[in-house]
Amino acid sequence: MRLVADRLGGERGGEPVFAGVSFSLEEGKALTVTGPNGSGKSTLLRVVAGLLPASVGTIALEGGGEEWPTPQSAAHFLGHQNGMKTALTVDENLVFWREFNGEPHLSAQEALAMMGLGEIGHLPFGYLSTGQKRRAAIARLLVSYRPLWLLDEPTAGLDAASEAQFAELMQAHLEDGGMIMAATHLPLGLEATAELRMGEGDR
Amino acid sequence: MLALYIRDVRLGIRAGGGALVGIIFFLAVVAVVPFGVGPDLNLLARIGPAILWIAALLSVLLGLDRLFQADREDGSLDLLLIAGDRHMSALMVFVKCLAHWTASVAPLVIAAPLLGLFMNMEPDAIGAAALTLLVGTPAITFIGAAGAAVAVALPRGGQLVSVLVLPLAIPVLIFGVSASYGAVTDPAPFLPPFLILCALTLFFAVIGPLAAALALKWGTD
Repeated sequence: MRLVADRLGGERGGEPVFAGVSFSLEEGKALTVTGPNGSGKSTLLRVVAGLLPASVGTIALEGGGEEWPTPQSAAHFLGHQNGMKTALTVDENLVFWREFNGEPHLSAQEALAMMGLGEIGHLPFGYLSTGQKRRAAIARLLVSYRPLWLLDEPTAGLDAASEAQFAELMQAHLEDGGMIMAATHLPLGLEATAELRMGEGDR
Repeated sequence: MLALYIRDVRLGIRAGGGALVGIIFFLAVVAVVPFGVGPDLNLLARIGPAILWIAALLSVLLGLDRLFQADREDGSLDLLLIAGDRHMSALMVFVKCLAHWTASVAPLVIAAPLLGLFMNMEPDAIGAAALTLLVGTPAITFIGAAGAAVAVALPRGGQLVSVLVLPLAIPVLIFGVSASYGAVTDPAPFLPPFLILCALTLFFAVIGPLAAALALKWGTD
């Protein structure tokens, strides 16, 4: 499986944000997207996730077969917001995403335990601290399987220990033949990482 | 999809879900009318079905603007749309509408007979009004979903939703009220307007979610 972008361009509200971005991402590899604020990192991830149309160029997942025909179908998206309901408990949130997204992987309990949140599954999501919310949102990536993880500032709000834990999880995902594309300012602590710098030259 | 339905019903009836607000608004509007119109029992009985329908229409619209906005604010809407390859987006909207109807609108239908007594309506008229509400209110929800999807990215889009949706909901109101009248007043028929009401609901059950899914797809930013 290979994620290939060919001279991709994205726009927001009719304003071009970036253009001419080409990359290819293979199984077991990670790609960090770096660049100054406003260089189009988030927009690029949203274009890959199919939430925004590409203004020019193409993005495709090669070799995904019938199971993963498009990047969108193969992707977990972790954006700035956590995508969890504050009125529901952490367990209820995770069980919902597990059933809705299909391809069940870990159970909600196991995923929470992996993120060190095993004790608080019964609490409403709104009661958690910022870092705990982020970790619960990361646990969502584990409850159903997707080969491609699209992460937008995934470590925002995490402490050093949780960052290390998350790096281990990402490493395990890569070793399983997964792919990770992350927009970040901080090094993620991964081996086999390529870097895509936005906002330079090709605009 | 069942998971989405259960989640949305749960959210609707838990604290802050807004289902209760719609019901209280419905009760308030209907309870206030006899004070405004005066104690003319015949007049109240005559306008009863219309008042029930108008109050139901307004309270359904009241809660609709949050249909997608709440999901957009916490990022779930993006995730629901990304799953569009697996579950058609229109179907996702349809399920959300059903859940919204179950949590926020079905209680109105259940409360309507009681409020019919306030309006001095005959048992037949109460039954007919409740039945038409049961059949007609889903149509308003489906139309409202399209409006809510268009206004999802706008701050304070709630009023806009009402303005967008109201003209489209007028036919539902007309046939709902005329079927209710048809059940009690003699020359007017019950069945034809009732069947048209059913047809409207089926029609909007298809058009509404499709339109809303398109609006959501092009409205993400």
